[in-house]
This record gives sequence, structure tokens and C-alpha cells, in this order.
Amino acid sequence: MREKLIYILGAVAAFLFVRNLNVILNVLPDEAQQGAMYRIMFFHIPSWWTAMLLATIACYTNVAYLATGKLKYDAISVSLTEVQLPILFTGLSTGMIWGRIIWGIWWTWDARLTSALVYVLLCCGYVILRNGIADPTQRAKISAVFSLFAYADVPIVWLSIRLWRTQHPSPMELPSEMWHALLWNWLAIILLMIVFLLLRLRQEEMRRELDGLRRLAHAA
Amino acid sequence: MDARNFQYMFYGFSAAWVLIVIYAFSMLARERKIKAEIDRLKSMMEEKERK
Repeated sequence: MREKLIYILGAVAAFLFVRNLNVILNVLPDEAQQGAMYRIMFFHIPSWWTAMLLATIACYTNVAYLATGKLKYDAISVSLTEVQLPILFTGLSTGMIWGRIIWGIWWTWDARLTSALVYVLLCCGYVILRNGIADPTQRAKISAVFSLFAYADVPIVWLSIRLWRTQHPSPMELPSEMWHALLWNWLAIILLMIVFLLLRLRQEEMRRELDGLRRLAHAA
Repeated sequence: MDARNFQYMFYGFSAAWVLIVIYAFSMLARERKIKAEIDRLKSMMEEKERK
């Protein structure tokens, strides 16, 4: 059943990406000041929205793990956090490329960019930390606490453009056709992330089976 | 389409896709590795049982 779902969602996501690319490149009008460059936002903005959404769900599953001690919540948390990495790096790299042209610099240490980079580094730290702890229960507990600590940065990333004066642009009014393109691409990215999440969850189950087999092999 | 900055737009799109494809391949490679390890342990234990 899960296998089928992975294929179906993957196919729908692929179809949507092709459709969206056509709309973004061929249908939408140009932006007066930025030229073709503004089209990067159709990947940059939904990438960050998706990462923040996954981080919020991971926060809930981490709390659920700490409250119940059930390892299935730990498996969901690690999958959610790891799956965020490619889109976090997509968000960072597309933003840097956009900044290189529009601001004339690849990077600036303003509140939005710095807090976002800190969050990316915390997610990388989470993955590295997990690899360093052998005992599954201890690994789950420590990484849940670490993940909750990392999540404290998410509201800072979100609110930074309202709380401080940043070089990063504030939310702006968009024509409806651009909003639609943005939301359709967000949907495609979410579907792709669900596919990654299902694959990653399957791996966690396999890893648990592997841990069990190793224990049996050592005991025999 | 306005050709200004088209090259950098292309770089941005490429970066997004390359990162996602790299992650997908790394995930598939890891899955293959775990599967191979499970099969190896299973066959090792079956052999032990036979002895």
C-alpha cells in the first residue's frame, strides 16, 4: 500500500513540477526591475514554507516521543528533520543566487539570513548527533531534546523580518496569477517531501529490523 | 521572457534540482546498503542454525 502511495504521489508531484515550470517560465509576465531573476522566488519561498511546516510537525512528534516514549515518534521526527535538509539548502542557495544579482552580494549577516543559517546548522547538528549515539532509547531522548532546542529558532526566523530591520525583503503584494503559481509549486514541493518522508520512514523501519538482527547475531 | 539575469535564474533552478536529486540518490543508496546488510545477517544466522 505504502509502495503504491509513493509511486502515485511521486507521479503527481512530477506532473505538477512540469506544469508549474511551464507556467513560471512561459505564462507569467516578467517583473519590471528584476528581469527573469524574480522567478527564483517560486522555489525559494515554498522551500522555506515547507521546511518551517516540517519543523513544526517534528516539534509535535518530539514532544509526543518525550511524553510517551514510543520509538515510532522518534522515527517520524528524524525523518521529518532529515528530509528538511535538501529544501533548507535549496532555500539558502536560491536566496544567495538571488541576492548576488539584486543586492550585489552573496550573503549578509542580517537577522533573517543569520537565524535561517543557524537553523540549517542546527538541523545538520541533529543528524550528526544521532549518528554518534548507539543506544536507540538514549539517541531518541537526546535528539528529541536537541530538536526542540533547535525549533526555538523557527519563530525567530519567521518573525525576524518584522522584529528587526533586515535587508531581506518583507512579504509583498503579488498579482493573483503569481500567488497561484507560488501555491501550486508549494503543493508540488510538499508532495515531493511526503514521498521522501515515506521512503525515509521505511528506512527507519528497516534500520530497526537491522538492529534487532544484530542483537540476535551477537546473542547466538 | 525578459533575458536579463536569465543565466542566474537558471543557476538558481539548477541548484534547487541538483540538491533534491543528490538527496534522492543518497537516500536510495543508503536503503540499498541497509537491505544488503539485512540479507547478509539473515543468511549468516540461517547458516548458524543449520550447523
